[in-house]
Amino acid sequence: MAVLYWTLSALCSHWRRHPVQFFSLLTGLWLATSLWTGVQALNSQARDSYARASQLIAGDAHSRIGARSGGRFSQQVFVDLRLAGWPVSPLLQGSLRLRGQAEQRLQVLGIEPLTLPRGTRLAGQALADLDLVAFLDQPGRTWIAADTLKALDLAEGEQPLTVGGQALPPLYLHPQLAPGVLLVDIGVAQRLLDAPLQLSGLLLSRDFAAGMPRLPSALDGQLRISRAGDEADLARLTESFHLNLTALGLLAFVVGLFIVNAAIGLALEQRRPLLRTLRACGVSARCLLAALALELCGLALLGGVLGVISGYGLASLLLPDVAASLRGLYGAEVAGQLNLSPQWWLSGLAISLLGALLAGAGSLLRAAHLPLLALAQPEAWHQAQALWLRRQAWLAGALLVLALLALVFGASLAMGFVLLACLLLAAALLLPVCVSGLLAWWLPYCRAPLAQWFVADSRQQLPRLALALMALLLALAANIGVGSMTEGFRQTFIGWLDQRLAAELYLRPESPQQGRAIEAWLAERAEVSALLPSWRVELPVQGWPVELTGILDHPTYRQHWPLLEAAPGAWERLAGGAGLMLSEQLARRLQLGLGEELSLVTPQGDWRLTVVAIYADYGNPKGHLLVNAAALQRYWPGLRPGSYSLRLPPAAVPALKQALQARFALDERKLVDQSELKAWSGRVFDRTFVATSALNSLTLGVAGVALFISLLTLSQSRLGQLAPLWALGVGRRQLVLLSLGQTLLLALITLLLAIPLGLLLAWCLVAVINVQAFGWRLPLHVFPWQLLQSAALALLATLLAAAWPLWTLYRVSPAELLRTFANEN
Amino acid sequence: MLKIQGLYKSYPTPQGPLPVLQGIDLELAGGSSLALMGESGSGKSTLLHLVAGLDQADAGSIEVAGKRLDQLTESQLAAWRRGSIGLIFQQFNLISSLRVEDNLAFQARLAGRHDPQWQAELTQRLGLTQLLDRYPEQLSGGQQQRVALGRALAARPALLLADEPTGSLDESSSDEVLELLLQLLATSATSLLMVTHSPRVAARLQRRVQLRSGRLVDQDNS
Amino acid sequence: MKTNPLRLFALLLMAGLGACDAQPPSPQGFAGLGSRSAEFASVTRDRSFSFPLDHGAHPDYRIEWWYLTANLEDQQGRSWGVQWTLFRNALRPAADQPGWNNPNLWMGHAAITGPYGHRHAETFARGGIGQAGVSPMPFKAWIDDWHLSGQLPGQANLTELQVSASGSGFRYRLQLSSDKPLVLQGDKGFSQKSGQGQASYYYSQPFLQAQGTLELDGNSYVVKGQAWLDREWSSQPLAADQQGWDWFSLHLSSGEKLMLFQLRHADGRHYRAGTWISATGDSEVLSEQDMRIRPLQLSRVAGRKLPTRWALSIPSKQLELTVEALQEQAWMPTRFPYWEGPIRFRGSHQGLGYLEMTGY
Repeated sequence: MAVLYWTLSALCSHWRRHPVQFFSLLTGLWLATSLWTGVQALNSQARDSYARASQLIAGDAHSRIGARSGGRFSQQVFVDLRLAGWPVSPLLQGSLRLRGQAEQRLQVLGIEPLTLPRGTRLAGQALADLDLVAFLDQPGRTWIAADTLKALDLAEGEQPLTVGGQALPPLYLHPQLAPGVLLVDIGVAQRLLDAPLQLSGLLLSRDFAAGMPRLPSALDGQLRISRAGDEADLARLTESFHLNLTALGLLAFVVGLFIVNAAIGLALEQRRPLLRTLRACGVSARCLLAALALELCGLALLGGVLGVISGYGLASLLLPDVAASLRGLYGAEVAGQLNLSPQWWLSGLAISLLGALLAGAGSLLRAAHLPLLALAQPEAWHQAQALWLRRQAWLAGALLVLALLALVFGASLAMGFVLLACLLLAAALLLPVCVSGLLAWWLPYCRAPLAQWFVADSRQQLPRLALALMALLLALAANIGVGSMTEGFRQTFIGWLDQRLAAELYLRPESPQQGRAIEAWLAERAEVSALLPSWRVELPVQGWPVELTGILDHPTYRQHWPLLEAAPGAWERLAGGAGLMLSEQLARRLQLGLGEELSLVTPQGDWRLTVVAIYADYGNPKGHLLVNAAALQRYWPGLRPGSYSLRLPPAAVPALKQALQARFALDERKLVDQSELKAWSGRVFDRTFVATSALNSLTLGVAGVALFISLLTLSQSRLGQLAPLWALGVGRRQLVLLSLGQTLLLALITLLLAIPLGLLLAWCLVAVINVQAFGWRLPLHVFPWQLLQSAALALLATLLAAAWPLWTLYRVSPAELLRTFANEN
Repeated sequence: MLKIQGLYKSYPTPQGPLPVLQGIDLELAGGSSLALMGESGSGKSTLLHLVAGLDQADAGSIEVAGKRLDQLTESQLAAWRRGSIGLIFQQFNLISSLRVEDNLAFQARLAGRHDPQWQAELTQRLGLTQLLDRYPEQLSGGQQQRVALGRALAARPALLLADEPTGSLDESSSDEVLELLLQLLATSATSLLMVTHSPRVAARLQRRVQLRSGRLVDQDNS
Repeated sequence: MKTNPLRLFALLLMAGLGACDAQPPSPQGFAGLGSRSAEFASVTRDRSFSFPLDHGAHPDYRIEWWYLTANLEDQQGRSWGVQWTLFRNALRPAADQPGWNNPNLWMGHAAITGPYGHRHAETFARGGIGQAGVSPMPFKAWIDDWHLSGQLPGQANLTELQVSASGSGFRYRLQLSSDKPLVLQGDKGFSQKSGQGQASYYYSQPFLQAQGTLELDGNSYVVKGQAWLDREWSSQPLAADQQGWDWFSLHLSSGEKLMLFQLRHADGRHYRAGTWISATGDSEVLSEQDMRIRPLQLSRVAGRKLPTRWALSIPSKQLELTVEALQEQAWMPTRFPYWEGPIRFRGSHQGLGYLEMTGY
């Protein structure tokens, strides 16, 4: 024990004397853990919210009955089904805003607790535990989650008013409830949402649904049963979003580990004499290894604690943007308050430990096998380096083959990430090979002795700088790749929106009756040049949620609906009723091409349609189908238009909008003009990538730190290499400039290699990852200005990283240079 | 005290094994001192390392204070080294991150034999009292070697092994360190085996042997 | 027969709305609710009943039920029992208006007890939306697709009825008919439940002849036998120290009917009452002194001990019976669990009947 203690204290005394190194190592661990746990926190927060949302009303999974048109239906349907022996329970969902809190939209969920299928858990709590008398009796209860209550700045027992002046039943805390949800009795919900005698869904117990009951024929045209599991859509739809975040977090983690590796390697290098002395003084190899491992674990825990704390900070910083983009993209409500389990904290520490051991394993092994007697073999570096490069090249080759296999045979998102990982790793491994090759090729052209030394010495430094350069390469390539993808997506998306949003005003009536009234009213308005209703049905197609839209044959569509692929006479065939257009992501999912047939299950039997065109539908997580309206109504008789697009002169829009609002009391979600819609979409888009680009920049920062530490390593051992030059008459200033030149040279080569790699990465993202994750393929755009920016950023990071080591080199006293001679022999 | 019999050692090279020691026999009584001399590359250091248990012989036996080194395991060897051997190197090999005081006490602490009184006496006799708070890099070569000497003797080892202890010191520091070393040894039971190529230094020890072509030649009798 | 009204109120509240604990609720639990019961109409002596109107719901009162039990026999001579119950409970005294605001909560229980064991089903409904209710003319009590109804436009004596219900793996449909009038229980329909004044309105149609089909796990059984319909409503809670009750309805083979109940008090001084109904439908009130009720044998049912054999005697009628459950395990594991099942008796008389036991 005493041996271990004194060994450990001798090892640790090193850090006291080299605080910069200590902080670099800690920084590496801290950054790696921080970024990784931050991303994990975001993901787990979002997943927790989905779970709460899908558990809001759930046994394990209930089937649900809803209107085919996706809207509301009469409460009598519920009573009729009950009287026919169907164990259904009514639901009414909608949204409202509270007076004085107009920007916060709350989701109202009305339930009928007595008929809820047995075993239903309300937001994770068994029904029997709840005080139902208070819930059912007057004035009732509004169940609300603590985070929502806090966000609204309200207290339990309060009865806030809706913007419509309706008082909510007293608020009552319900810990497991999904964020942004008000759970009330069905009757209260009808009053608050101004939907008397209306329901939006019926829950069906799983046992009953398992018997595959058929709805009574009178209701079959109007309603459909969605089987258990549809509610888990949210988790499925957002899966790719989270996978992207995870991949980015992993990249940051790996880059952080590069730092740790570099710092541990440096520490080992510097403590080599110490280790030898310790062994000579009678510390066994095993004891030394244990002490080194203990030291590493201690550092990992320290870095881990810091990392987890700042990961929490990072996550809470990014959470609003992530939540906003999830809401915008998927309509998923994510609580704005981080709420993490002890497991998360522990796993953060564990990952830090694991990472540190992973990064330090090599160094530890080397320390364990350190020969007791120093046998200086300075001439062997050449051979060793050649061997090392050959090994790297072989490994990279194998990885590239793997990447190729993943590209050719892989058909899943996971394989897409395998491709990316292999590609990036291979590139990283190849980097020193390439740099070494380049320098070797250059060497014969150098005649001046100093230039010769410059190139040859750069090459000799390579193994020690390699890891840092790899980190820089990866970070920079990721920066370029993700940047190109994001910017390319942005341009494509905006262009597509401009084209697609051709109508000046979009309108969604509250009810079919109101729809009729609005139609009649608009028919009288002279400024409206076209009123284009669309009929909407939601249905599953091969298990995927799909929106089927029926449209009229009108030039607006022909001119403005961008098609990616179209058969000849596509619009005519669509108008004919036998043609079908579908979104790109749905076509990929169903593996449908032009001319192929798709069969839809309708209340009137199967409907076979031929694919005549495929269009882009960016940002829509659901599938989308376009058919002729008249044909649609043949299969769904009695269906009313769900929305209207209005064509009119832009100048007339505000007036008409006002008139419509005044006449029909449509809120701003039901009546949107083109510019609002575009602005909103743009906002959603931008927020979606805030988290991505923030993580991306952080990764680059981490790579900078890695470079800094490596240069620091180098600068300490470089005195011995620079001293002869100094002795031969090269000034210190010149030495510093030469060193800077070497660093910049290596960074520049890395940078030059990072640009094609980044573009390759961008291609993988748009042509492989995006297709697998979202179902759409984007054109690859190259943005020279962005490339320049990234490169400049990387050079800046390099300069900053080189500054401190060079400064110490510049400040080094001649005596110290001399001393290196004394230590040489 | 020290008994070496039929010791052989060779190093592998690309051209085949290079024999360094070819049958060494040597005995050293407790409290005595011996200078091991020889040309560069004659195997002096190799022999010293073998005796210190830092390296292993191809054949032959080394017995120190009744223990056969070749029969000890790695960790036994390490423990034995902690308690029974003091090592002094030409390059001092102090722990640069520890202060002089901690360097002095280091090996004794490892061995669990830290004796503050003995340490204070050593410090005083080595003239290091004023330097205890310094780091090794702030000392001159002679001072560093004195610290190394203190460290080696702090645990009262049975055998002190010195590898060119004055090799990197100037003449006056060299004499000073040697003087101190001999003074300290005179009042203790510690034996000394010193590798040196300086006849002047060797002359101060009780016995001298020469290593030539892998064999020992007794200098005093030749 | 049947349930103490006040007790059932607790049952409803706890069943639909709260903890499913079989223990009797604490008196404190009732204290708060008792104060509110003042707003409901109270049960008084000398109410004049008006049929068929009184077959419908009485929303002025807190609780009410329609309770049918039948002792049946299939073509192989095996005995079956059938239960059909509809409970109404009002959260507050208010008009029975349409809409979710309606204060009434409804609960249905159905069960089949036979040679293959005991099955039950339970369902709930809110008032005011049409999912459950009772209309007097023509008589129809329903919840979901369960019915107890008559075809005739107005039936004072409930002599022609159909009843149907279903649950997981079972279903039944029976035709019921009677040629005798209703029997008012207690003092002309005023049925006292304790010495402290708790009471309910209570009348029965015990002379129903039943025939129909039972379905169990895909098999059909044609059955016939006798049935007993109870109507009861009240507003007041149980007496504080009443722990539960045992209720007997007996079809004597001689054509007479007998209803007996005891409300068990913590101190062992149980409150007992009953009605002797002659084969022609004349009733005679039985009080505590007229009867002896004694459990003979306890059985382990659903983790508790319940008496499944009883000794009953009414000396004035020379009645001396040993009563025995057809199925010991006729447990109703509903949100508020109780025991309800067919019984057979021997001794001075023999015949079949139903037994209900709560608070064990």
